[in-house]
Amino acid sequence: MKQRLVVIGAGMASGRMLETIFEAGGDFDVTLFNAEARGNYNRLMLSPVLSGEKTYAQIVTHDAEWYEAHGVDCRFGEVVVKIDRANRIVYSNAGGVPYDALVIATGSSPFIIPVPGKDLPGVCTYRDLEDTNAMIAASKPGARAVVIGGGLLGLEAAAGMAARGAEVVVIHLMGHLMERQLDPAAGYLLQKDLESRGIRVHCKGATKAILGSARVEAVLLEDGTVYPADLVCMAVGIRPEVRLANDAHLEVARGITVDDQMRTSDPAIFALGECVEHEKQLFGLVAPLYDQAKVLAATLLGQDAAFKPVQTATKLKVTGVDLFSAGDFADAPGREDIVFRDPGRGVYKRLILEGDQLIGAVMYGDTADAAWFFDLIKQGKSVTDLRDTLIFGPAFQGGAQTDPLAAVAALPPEAEICGCNGVCKGKIVTAIQGGANTLDMVRMATKASASCGTCTGLVEQVMALTLGDSFSANANPPMCKCTDHTHEDVRRLIKSIGLKSIPAVMQELGWKTVGGCASCRPALNYYLIADWPLEYTDDRQSRFVNERNHGNIQKDGTYSVVPRMWGGVTTPAELRAIADAADRYAVPMVKVTGGQRIDLLGVKKADLPAIWSDLNAAGMVSGHAYAKGLRTVKTCVGTDFCRFGTQDSTGLGIKLEKLLWGSWTPAKVKLGVSGCPRNCAEATCKDIGVVCVDSGYEISVAGAAGMDVRETEFLCKVTTEAEVMEVIAAFTQLYRENARYLHRIYKWVARVGLDWCRAQVEDPANRRALYDRFMLSQSIYQTDPWAELAATPADWAPIADLTLRAAE
Amino acid sequence: MTAFLDIAALDDIPRQGARVVKTMIGCIAVFRTAEDQLFALEDRCPHKGGPLSEGIVHGTSVTCPLHAWVFDMNTGQAQGADEGAVQTYPVRLEAGRVLLDVTRLARRSAA
Ligand code: SRM
Ligand SMILES: Cc1cc2nc3c(=O)[nH]c(=O)nc-3n(C[C@H](O)[C@H](O)[C@H](O)COP(=O)(O)OP(=O)(O)OC[C@H]3O[C@@H](n4cnc5c(N)ncnc54)[C@H](O)[C@@H]3O)c2cc1C
Ligand code: SF4
Ligand code: FES
Repeated sequence: MKQRLVVIGAGMASGRMLETIFEAGGDFDVTLFNAEARGNYNRLMLSPVLSGEKTYAQIVTHDAEWYEAHGVDCRFGEVVVKIDRANRIVYSNAGGVPYDALVIATGSSPFIIPVPGKDLPGVCTYRDLEDTNAMIAASKPGARAVVIGGGLLGLEAAAGMAARGAEVVVIHLMGHLMERQLDPAAGYLLQKDLESRGIRVHCKGATKAILGSARVEAVLLEDGTVYPADLVCMAVGIRPEVRLANDAHLEVARGITVDDQMRTSDPAIFALGECVEHEKQLFGLVAPLYDQAKVLAATLLGQDAAFKPVQTATKLKVTGVDLFSAGDFADAPGREDIVFRDPGRGVYKRLILEGDQLIGAVMYGDTADAAWFFDLIKQGKSVTDLRDTLIFGPAFQGGAQTDPLAAVAALPPEAEICGCNGVCKGKIVTAIQGGANTLDMVRMATKASASCGTCTGLVEQVMALTLGDSFSANANPPMCKCTDHTHEDVRRLIKSIGLKSIPAVMQELGWKTVGGCASCRPALNYYLIADWPLEYTDDRQSRFVNERNHGNIQKDGTYSVVPRMWGGVTTPAELRAIADAADRYAVPMVKVTGGQRIDLLGVKKADLPAIWSDLNAAGMVSGHAYAKGLRTVKTCVGTDFCRFGTQDSTGLGIKLEKLLWGSWTPAKVKLGVSGCPRNCAEATCKDIGVVCVDSGYEISVAGAAGMDVRETEFLCKVTTEAEVMEVIAAFTQLYRENARYLHRIYKWVARVGLDWCRAQVEDPANRRALYDRFMLSQSIYQTDPWAELAATPADWAPIADLTLRAAE
Repeated sequence: MTAFLDIAALDDIPRQGARVVKTMIGCIAVFRTAEDQLFALEDRCPHKGGPLSEGIVHGTSVTCPLHAWVFDMNTGQAQGADEGAVQTYPVRLEAGRVLLDVTRLARRSAA
């Protein structure tokens, strides 16, 4: 039997470990718990998300498909509460999961200073997406935010909120910012830089209390200063998350004690990441955690490996702030400094020498040579010969150079380019020479710049040097291994060449495989349906099982059946028919879904045609609960019953569902219609939402509430129901024609921009044309699949039954 | 020894699709490729029991519908990083009919 591997925590460390295991062909039944209601993402990149330079979608490192492809049983949102070591079972509130090997990767938790008011609403830490979103929500222009803590995290939080227009104050206990990484001179330059961006810095400030009655209102310092605040972010440090390990009586010091193989005091339990302590050392940056991940993967695969901590270097991910620090820079006997300052440019560089070796470097304002210095520190070689010109960097060694690529050209192959992943220049060059000619391919082959991304520029320089003129930055990856074309190219070529069948696409676009694969075929089938509704015939065999069988396949091979309930409204007669069907086909579970309708779960495949016919007979059709297509339109009671309703939201929701149902889309589409801004239908976290107001209808788009939670963005406001219908059908068609397969509306809008979408549907002629194309497609595809498929029940049964024959 | 049994017409199985045969030792999926080649595989993915008959057929491979493991239908071996295999059974096409070798099915059930 396969080994059962249970992992607690889907963080940076465990994600890398699983990846390494699967890449090596490791064969485990993996169960992955995560307290956060999502899978692995690049935590480092929360800062660009906060500042608005990236979206959450862009920092997901492992998506649903990846887990699915590797059979990882994902328990996201499930907190592990107990480890039963005697019986080898971990428990969450949902129950127990047995393990053969257990990995604790719970990271760390932010430290909360125990001052009055610390629990007030409006006080957050900076650790996960919830914190980031709380800060984003609070950072409206003019809002006031106080960040307690002037270290790496606090400053990234401050810069991010400031970039969004908030007025930010940073309170720092020590005499200068980032005192653990910077010396006072660099700390000073940093403070000046931040102040020039409107961030106020208060050093030597001790927080006495957070003030406020219902939520935070201000921060009071020991010296009596009061800073008004709508939001307070505490970023004063972290401590390893060791509660589970403590409760299970594992050996814990400050972190969970592990040996060189990442094993805890229980041989069946391993730990890695920020929650561990290795040889009295704790970890707070990803580079050593990735090494741990490799070691633990090897250990689990039965190979020999030992963890050796390496030097780490720090950068601050604030655009426009260049700082770098590595090694030891404390003053001590026997140490010497080499300092270079350029006050005009705000540049400060300091090298710390001990004997003939470089042991530390601090740089501000110009970090171009950081990799070279870091390399010298790690190698520990004698720098005596270079000493006089050392501070001017590699370009100066052996004569002055002016070529902008010279610095990178001068790096030796073993110089590390990507600190997070420990990738050296030589490895990148080898990958490029091996055919990796786009940034994405280099990332895939080497992992360079795939984590915090601050070395992207360097990687591109290495590419420019290696590839010469043939290098062009920012190419997109191809659709799948069957082709060199991207999704976008394929969509464009389907239209421009007029390709109208899957074989035509594969032939004319030079597919490298015979019949495509399970990843490109469903995409092509969708593109062709969307582009040629009249000419193309749907290829059922190119659809994933759910759409092919018009039901969600369950883990035991049964299906779920969800009839449409227009706008969430039903009748006693429909409920009776559902109840009868549930009885007749012994349905194991009848459940109200999150989409305002009823799910019959666990129906056998052979029973599907019959149950569909019964539901059809009661006037119901498929709810497409399985489709990349219209799912539900949630409504509230609106003017019909509610004393606050401004418009007939129920009626409008039903009309919209009747307009849109049956349409195939790149990914699922959900709507909500609320009767007033109280928004009981949750319209503002749907793909498309309508909020009724006295003067009309506010239409907003690009919301989501799944793995990614986001509020819709305002598209337009109209005054009649007819306009609502036209705008929404037109917008849906725009999405159908342009998005890439499996991208939900919010992902697509993030790529093309809401302004572009708005311009398309605001122009009356264009809107009408989109609407007409949508209706043309609906004239063909708006049919009930159940009725069609129930007509041939024999297709749903086994083709032959040999059990009887063999029993004879 | 082999014993081929006529179980269906070729056209009962969709191109790039499969149908299931119930046997004493569990379901067997009979696949038909785009070029009308036939393959018979145990209908139980070694990963978590997914019904391979519901997978997407591409070339002479099938992708499991539950978590996308890919199997070479010639050998029943999982492809790429995944390890595992499903049992394959001889099957052939004769005059538009699908013939399945039932020896191993019978032997197992007789034992
Ligand atoms: C039945 C239902 C849960 C329930 O009992 O309430 C459900 C069940 C499933 N959801 Fe869901 N989702 C259901 C409402 C939701 C909602 C709530 C809503 O619609 O208001 C959400 C969050 C809103 C959203 O989509 O933004 C939701 C977000 C997801 C996601 C995350 C999508 C994303 O883009 O992040 C997935 C995964 C996916 O689609 O890839 C998912 C996928 C699934 C699948 C299809 C997983 C699968 O592939 O097998 C589940 C099928 C269960 C089954 O076997 O039948 N389900 N799912 C709900 C059906 C609603 C309906 O009537 O059609
Ligand atoms: C905003 C920010 C910016 C950063 N920038 C950098 C940077 O530029 N460079 C750098 O090197 N490092 C940076 N870091 C630090 C880096 O992110 C961490 O070192 C790294 O994420 C730690 O990895 P981990 O796997 O140990 O823990 P985490 O990534 O924290 O993952 C642990 C996971 O375990 C889950 N968990 C905890 N307890 C339980 C439980 N009982 N049950 C189930 N799940 C549980 C948590 O929800 C969490 O998702 C940054 C961190 C933050 C927050
Ligand atoms: S129903 Fe939705 S939330 Fe629940 S387990 Fe399935 S996919 Fe996850
Ligand atoms: S059951 Fe087949 S891949 Fe998981």
